[in-house]
Amino acid sequence: MAGAEAPAAGRHPDAAPAIELRGISKAFGTVQANRDISLRVMPGTIHGIVGENGAGKSTLMSILYGFYKADAGEILVGGRRVTIPDSQAAIRAGIGMVFQHFKLVEPFTVLENVILGVEEGRLLKPALARARDTLQRLARDYELNVDPDARIEDLGVGMRQRVELLKALYRQADILILDEPTGVLTPTEADHLFRILKNLKSEGKTIILITHKLREIMAITDTVSVMRRGEMTATLETARTSPEQLAELMVGRKVLLRLDKKPATPDQTILEIENLRVTDDDGVERLKGVSLSVRAGEILGIAGVAGNGQSQLLEVLGGITPATGNVRVKGAEIDLTGRHSDGRSRRARGIAHVPEDRQREGLIMDFFAWENLVFGYHHDPACQRNRALMDNAAIRARAAEQMARFDVRPPDPDLAARNFSGGNQQKIVLAREIERNPDLLLVGQPTRGVDIGAIEFIHQRILDLRDAGSAVLLVSVELEEILSLSDRIAVMFDGRLMGERRPDQTDETELGLMMTGMRTEVA
Amino acid sequence: MMDFATILQVLDSTVRLAAPLLLACLAGLFSERAGIFDIGLEGKMLMAAFFSAATAAVTGSVWLGLAAGIAASMVLAGVHGLASITFRGNQLISGVAINFLAAGLTVVIAQDWFAQGGRTPSLLGGARFEAITLPLADTVRPVPILGPIYHDLISGHTIPVYFAFSMVPLTWWLLYRTRFGLRLRAVGESPEALDTAGVSVVATRYAAVAICGVLCGIAGAYLATALQAGFTKDMTAGRGYIALAALIFAKWRSWHALWATLLFGLLQAIALRYQNLQIGGVPLPVQLMDALPYILTVVILAGFVGRAIPPRAGGEPYVKER
Amino acid sequence: MRDVMPRWADVVLIPLISLVLAFLLSAVVIVAIGEDPLAAVRMMVTGALGSTYAWGYTLYYATNFIFTGLAVAVAFHARLFNIGGEGQATLGGLGVALVCLALPWPHWVLALPAAVLAAALFGAAWAAIPAWLQAKRGSHIVITTIMFNFIGAAVLNYMLVNVMRPQGSMDPATERFPPGTHLPTLHDLLALVGIPFSKAAPANIAFLIALAACLLVWLLIWRTRLGYEIRAYGHSEPAAIYAGIRPVRVVMLTMLVSGALAGLMAVNTVMGEAERLVLNSVEGAGFIGIAVALMGRSHPFGVLLAAILFGFLYQGGAELALWTDIPRELIVVIQALVILFTGALDNMVRMPLERLFLALRKRRT
Repeated sequence: MAGAEAPAAGRHPDAAPAIELRGISKAFGTVQANRDISLRVMPGTIHGIVGENGAGKSTLMSILYGFYKADAGEILVGGRRVTIPDSQAAIRAGIGMVFQHFKLVEPFTVLENVILGVEEGRLLKPALARARDTLQRLARDYELNVDPDARIEDLGVGMRQRVELLKALYRQADILILDEPTGVLTPTEADHLFRILKNLKSEGKTIILITHKLREIMAITDTVSVMRRGEMTATLETARTSPEQLAELMVGRKVLLRLDKKPATPDQTILEIENLRVTDDDGVERLKGVSLSVRAGEILGIAGVAGNGQSQLLEVLGGITPATGNVRVKGAEIDLTGRHSDGRSRRARGIAHVPEDRQREGLIMDFFAWENLVFGYHHDPACQRNRALMDNAAIRARAAEQMARFDVRPPDPDLAARNFSGGNQQKIVLAREIERNPDLLLVGQPTRGVDIGAIEFIHQRILDLRDAGSAVLLVSVELEEILSLSDRIAVMFDGRLMGERRPDQTDETELGLMMTGMRTEVA
Repeated sequence: MMDFATILQVLDSTVRLAAPLLLACLAGLFSERAGIFDIGLEGKMLMAAFFSAATAAVTGSVWLGLAAGIAASMVLAGVHGLASITFRGNQLISGVAINFLAAGLTVVIAQDWFAQGGRTPSLLGGARFEAITLPLADTVRPVPILGPIYHDLISGHTIPVYFAFSMVPLTWWLLYRTRFGLRLRAVGESPEALDTAGVSVVATRYAAVAICGVLCGIAGAYLATALQAGFTKDMTAGRGYIALAALIFAKWRSWHALWATLLFGLLQAIALRYQNLQIGGVPLPVQLMDALPYILTVVILAGFVGRAIPPRAGGEPYVKER
Repeated sequence: MRDVMPRWADVVLIPLISLVLAFLLSAVVIVAIGEDPLAAVRMMVTGALGSTYAWGYTLYYATNFIFTGLAVAVAFHARLFNIGGEGQATLGGLGVALVCLALPWPHWVLALPAAVLAAALFGAAWAAIPAWLQAKRGSHIVITTIMFNFIGAAVLNYMLVNVMRPQGSMDPATERFPPGTHLPTLHDLLALVGIPFSKAAPANIAFLIALAACLLVWLLIWRTRLGYEIRAYGHSEPAAIYAGIRPVRVVMLTMLVSGALAGLMAVNTVMGEAERLVLNSVEGAGFIGIAVALMGRSHPFGVLLAAILFGFLYQGGAELALWTDIPRELIVVIQALVILFTGALDNMVRMPLERLFLALRKRRT
C-alpha cells in the first residue's frame, strides 16, 4: 500500500518540487502569522524548517495540511496546483502530518485510530481486518511495531508518535510533515525516529521536519529554511551552513550561545527532601522516593525527558499535589497532605513558583497584567485597603513599576495577559515570583515558548536571584538550559533520581544516557 | 404484600412510563457521545408533544401527528446545533433557551389555534396510537406465570414503546459496529483527531444532533398521542431532565440506559399507583413520592453509585483557529 | 488572539444587537398569531411605563429580577451555572413566612432585617447541597440545581398543605402575616420627599434593598479578595489551585451568596406584596434571572438595566394578556429568545462584528 511503489526517480534535479508554496499569507485577528511565504521542497529529500517560537512554522504547516485556510497564496503538489480546504484534501494530495500535540482518540485502539476517516465502507469489520494486515507490513518495513489492539491511553508518547506515523503511511502519504517530533522523546527514541525517517526518504518519500533544535537540522536534513516573525528569511543547503549562521538568521542578530555566570557560593541548606512519593489519580506512582537538597545561592537543575516525575516534584513543592515523605524548608517541616499543603501556605513559607505551563497555571489570561502581578499574593497586607477591600490603586501602581523593571513590553498594566507575547507573559510571572525575594524559587521550563531575545533576560534574572542568596530548583527538558544555568544537575527518570553531576564534569551525551534510565552512579 | 396481578400492573405501567424516558435518554446519548451536551431534551419533547397532538387533532391521523412532532423537535435540534456547533456557543445556555422557547411557544400557539387555555382537543380513535396485541398473546394467556407476563406485560403496548426498546440494541450496533458510530464517538472524545483524519467535525455533530431531534420527537409524540390523549401545558413534567439523569446514571451506554430508565419508570409507576404509601407504618406524603425521582437523581449524581466519566470533549465547542 | 474590538462594542453593542434580534423574532411570533406587534408595543409601553401605577408594577417585577439576575451573575463569575434560582427563591419564601408568622411583629423596622436574614439563609441553604456535591463529588451543578427546583416545589407543597395551612382552609397558603410586617411601598417612601406615586402598585422598600445588593455585589466581585478568587477560579481552575485558592471554598461561598440573593427575592414578593405565602409565588422569576444575567453581562449595573427591561416586559405582557388574546406565555418566548441570542448565539453577532472592526482597523493603518 504505502511506500513500496513510491517513485524513486523523484530525486532527479529536474523533477517538479514535491511541494511548492507561493506567497502564502495568514492572519489571526491582528496577528500576521505568515507573510508572503514561498518554499520549494524537492521529492525524496528531508527539508528542515527552523525558527523561534511564534515564527509561524506550525501555522504554515497547518495550512499545508488543510487545518487552517490561508488568506492568500497558492500550493503546488508535484507541480500541480491544488487547493487544500480541509485535511481530507491534504490526504488526497498525499500529504500526511504528525502534529506536535498528537491528534489521537485516547479511548480508541490503535487500529480504530488508524482507520478513522478511511474506513472505506459503512461497517467497521472489513476495515479493521485490512488495517491489521497493512500495519503488520508497515511494522516490518519501517521498524514501526505497535500492538494494534492497545488503547492509546495506555501507550507512552513514543508509541503514540508511531501511531501517528502509521496513520499517515496507512493513508499512503508521500509527503510527511513532522512538527517538533523529538520534543517528548528520549534521545534513544529520537535516534530511532531519525532512522525511520531516513528509511522513508530512501523509499522516495519527502519529509518536512519542523524543529527548533539546530542539532537535529544539521544531523538529518538535506535543505533547511529559516523563519522569523512570520516570514521566510532564508533557504539553504544544510551542508553549506552552520548552527551559528542558522541561529543568527532565526533571531536577526548575533546570539550568545553560552551564558556568563559567576561560580556559585552555596550557603546554608534551604530545601531538604527525603523519600518523596506521589501517586496520581489513576493509581500510578509518579515519584518513587526522591531525596535531594538545595542550598542558598545555588541552582539545582533537574534534567529529564518530560513525564518522568519532574512536574510532580514541582507541584508537590508548590502545594498543588499531595505527597508522602519529608520536606523541610530552612529546617522546618512542611505539610504535604493537610490543611497547610496549598499554594498559599507555601508562599507564606518563602517558596515562590514559576509553573511549567504559564498559560494554564501561572496566569489568568483574561485578567489584566496588574491583577496577574499579585496572583497568589493577593492576601499580602500590602494589597489591602482595609479589612474588607483590596487596594487596587496601590496594586496597579506597583505593577507598573515591576513591569518597567522586568522590561515587559508593552509596559501597560491595563492590558489583559493574553495580549502579551509568550516571552512577556513569562516576564510577568517572573516579576511576580522573583520580586518578593523568596528563600526558594521553583522554576519549571522557564523559557518554553519564549523568544530567544527574552531567554537571555530570563536566565540572567534567575542567576541574579541565586547570587542574592536564594535557592533555586530548576526543571527543564532543554539540556542546554540545564547545562548553562545549573550549579548541580540531577537527572530524573521514571520517578527516581538517576544521579547527580556538575555541569563542567558532564556533557549532553552522558546526561542523555542517564535520562533513558542508565544508572551510572548513585547520588 | 402485593399479589402477582398487581405486580404485573405496576410493571406494565413501568414499561409505559419508561418508554419516553428511554427514547429521550438515547436521544441524549447520541448528542452527548458526539460532544454536544443537551439539557434541551425537555423542550424538544414538549414541542413535539404539542405539534403531534395538534396535527393529529386536525388531521385525525396519528402518523401525520408523529411526523409533525418529529419535525418540530428537529427544528429545535437545529437551533441547538446552530448555537453549539456553528456558532460555538454555550451548550447549556442554548439548552435552557430551548426549554423556555418550547414552554412558551406551545402555549401561545395552542391558545391561538384551539383557544382552550393552552391545550389541544382530546384525541380520539385514529388520532392516537392504539395498543397492539402480539401474536398468540390470547392463546398463551392461560399458561401460569409466563402467560400473563406475555399477555399483560410484553404484549399490548403501542408501537412507539416497541420502537423505544428496539432502539437499545440498534444504538449499540450503530455506535460500535459502524463507520458512523466510530466517527460519532471520536468526535465526542477528540474532535481534532477526527478533523485531522479528514472527516468533518461539523457534519458529524449535526448528524448526532439530528438523531437526537428525531428520538425526542418520537418521545414527545408518544406522550401526547399514546400515553395521554392530547397536549396539556408543560406535559413533559421534567421527563427530559430525568432522562438526562438516567443518561449520567447509565454512563452514556445504551444497555445501561435501558436499566436506568426502567428504574425511573418503576419509581413513577409506584408514585402513580400508591399515592399514600406506608413504609413500616410511617405514611409517606405524596409530595415525597413526587419528588423521589429527583432526589434519586441527586443521589446518583452525588456518585454514591460510582463515578461517571462523560465524553472528554463534551460541552466544549470545537475551535480550530486560535 | 488579541482583542480586535473596542470594549464598548463588547459590553454595549453586542448585547444591544442580540436584544434587537430577539425582539424582532418576538414580533414575528406576534404577527404569526394574528396580532399587531406595534399596537402590542404601544400597549406594553402604556401599561408598563405610562403611569406611576404602571411603573410601580414594573419596578416590583424588576426587583425580583435584580435579585435572581445577581444570583445567576455571581455564580457565572465562578463559571458555575446556577439554574436553581427558582428553588432557592421558593425556599427563601418559606423562610420569610416562618419568620413573619413566628412573632407578632410590632413594626416592619424589626421584621424586615429578620425576614431578610431568613430569606437569605433559606436560599443559601438550598444552594448549599448542590454546591457541596459539585465541590466535593463533582456532580454537575446544572443538573443538581434543576433537581432541587423540583424538590423545592415539593417541599413547599408539603409545608403549605400539611403544616402551615390554617385549620379549615382549603387553600394551600399560609394565613396573612401580622400587620407589623407590612413593608412601606414606594408610595409611602416617595411621599416622605413629596413625590406622588400610585398607592395601589406593589413596588416597595425591597427595591432599595435590591439596589443596595447591586452595589454590594459589585464590591464583592471587583474589590474583595473573595471576588478576586471567584473570578480567578472562574477563568481557570488549575491556575486558581496554583495560586493557593481552594476550589471547594470558592464554589461553596459563591453558591451560598448566589442562593442567598435568589432567596432575597421573597422579601419583595412574599413579604412586600402577597403578605402571605402561596404556592408558586416565584412565578419563573428564578429562570428570568438567567436571561437578566446573560444580558447584563454578569455585571451588577448591566443586571440592573436588564432587570428593569424584563420588569417592563413582564408588566407589559400582563397588560397584553388582559386586553388582547396574547397569552402571558409570550413573555416566556421573549425570555427564551433573549437567552438564546445574548447567551448561546453570542458568536453569531460577535464574529461578523469582529471582522468588521478588523477591517476598519486595517484600513486605518
